[in-house]
Amino acid sequence: MHLSTQQIEHIARLARLEVSDTEKQTYSEQLSAILDYVDQLQKIDTTGVEPTSQVTGLVNNNREDIVAESAVAQDLLATAPATRDGFITIPKVFDHK
Amino acid sequence: MKLNELTIAKAFEGLRNKQFSSVEITTSCLEQIKRVDQSVKAFLTVDEDGALAAAKSADEKLSKGELNSSLAGIPVAIKDIFCTAGVRSTAASKILETYIPPHDATAVKLLKDAGAVMVGKTNMDEFAMGGSTENSGFFPTHNPWDLTRVPGGSSGGSAAAMAAGMCLYALGTDTGGSIRQPASFCGTCGLKVTYGRVSRSGVMAMTSSLDTIGPFAQTVEDLALIMEVIAGTDPEDATTPNVPVDVYSKEITKDIKGLKIGLPKEYFVEGMDDGVRQTVIATAKQFEALGAEIIDISLPHTDAALAAYYIICPSEVSSNMARYDGIRYGHTSGAASDLLERYLKTRAEGFGAEVKRRIVIGTYALSAGYYDAYYKKAMQVRTLVKQDFDQAFESVDIILTPVAPTPAYKLGANIEDPLSMYLADIFTIPASLAGICGLAIPAGFVDNLPVGVQLLGKRFDEKTILRAGHQYQQVTDFHLQKPVV
Repeated sequence: MHLSTQQIEHIARLARLEVSDTEKQTYSEQLSAILDYVDQLQKIDTTGVEPTSQVTGLVNNNREDIVAESAVAQDLLATAPATRDGFITIPKVFDHK
Repeated sequence: MKLNELTIAKAFEGLRNKQFSSVEITTSCLEQIKRVDQSVKAFLTVDEDGALAAAKSADEKLSKGELNSSLAGIPVAIKDIFCTAGVRSTAASKILETYIPPHDATAVKLLKDAGAVMVGKTNMDEFAMGGSTENSGFFPTHNPWDLTRVPGGSSGGSAAAMAAGMCLYALGTDTGGSIRQPASFCGTCGLKVTYGRVSRSGVMAMTSSLDTIGPFAQTVEDLALIMEVIAGTDPEDATTPNVPVDVYSKEITKDIKGLKIGLPKEYFVEGMDDGVRQTVIATAKQFEALGAEIIDISLPHTDAALAAYYIICPSEVSSNMARYDGIRYGHTSGAASDLLERYLKTRAEGFGAEVKRRIVIGTYALSAGYYDAYYKKAMQVRTLVKQDFDQAFESVDIILTPVAPTPAYKLGANIEDPLSMYLADIFTIPASLAGICGLAIPAGFVDNLPVGVQLLGKRFDEKTILRAGHQYQQVTDFHLQKPVV
């Protein structure tokens, strides 16, 4: 399986990751080699085999829905790059034209 | 007596008998850090003031009889992927270079409640992606046995800090071998717990369906003491089942007569170092001498496990890394004018090459039209790998294997070729996919480099592999050898 530099650019953009031309070239080679390696999976017969996503068999491990004081809101806000009036500020999402 | 080289068990005894204080042990570790860490580079952050304050407080409480834990007053190093309140926690990533979390991870909190003294935060492969600690966003760590070699990874800083006597024990994480392999490379003991045995709350996620956390220590007895403190269910981590925690330090004192130990033929492959092979065979003979029975077994999907892992891991990485967006915490790009550009540039500037590679591979594997061929297929193969182990454990109690195909390799040897770096994980990854527990213990030397063996156990049966490891250490002294740094 070959990943072209155009494909790398497209996938990286889906992942919100800017990649340089040099990175595109390097990743195209390295990731194509990795995909060739993992392609051996296709040779394994998995007809009727259930997928395993985790191994302990736990399902819907719900806790009681009880309000609890965390008292860390200010501490968490303090780790944000920019805040105003107790909110995190971000660049505008929609452009009004 | 070098206080920084004590086992936890000996330090516990000495603290109770007032032979020395926690401040003295802590000072001894901090001095060792000053003496050797310029060349080993195991630590990203050393918290000298915090450590001495914690030691002083532990001494006071110990003198009043207020602390009963075997870990009270004993210095520990923590992998930088654990959140530690008020102390920078970076996961060795530039994207978290200045991040100071307001909270402790559950495992860290349990240690602190027991009176532990944290000396600092250790280096690692960025977000635990790698097997050599060369993928750290800051600098590589060097192996204390040979400074031109890697300490293994991703918990390489914790393993190196242990081996070089900069702490009495350490915490790491193991997703595909990140505790067991560096333990082997650095000649120390390391335990990968059963998936769900120890809470991961407050530990930065890499591959959520595989991530586990666990301890490094000089002896298996020490691992048992640490496990008694950190294991168990946690309301903050919904993946921790309510399975009773064993009194490991008692369980390990039982002999291993009649214990059935499996040797899987797939773990003796072409291309592996002959010294490593001989070490495993010699260990099997030693176990026989202790009364265990060695049985040849087969785990047919061993090769396929590695390929499945390198789909499952990057897929979950691509999802987990999405949270680093430059909005709520961590690095944010100053060069961006709108939101999309903020994301693109923040992540380009903050992440290193291996993280980017895995994000791209994972995003591709999960993208429309490829999910069935990659992620679903890998999860089906994971079922087959799990069934291999479940069947093997019907006829054996534990499984003995090498940890890695070679001893520690040279810095830079694999860094340009990610695939060859991945292939070095072949003996640790299958157990990770099966979610079982695994113990790495020192078992010999090849060309003056330590080599460990791996003991794999059933889910939540840490007590049996710890018991076998402890009994082995009663008749061998590989774990007592120290590097000269």
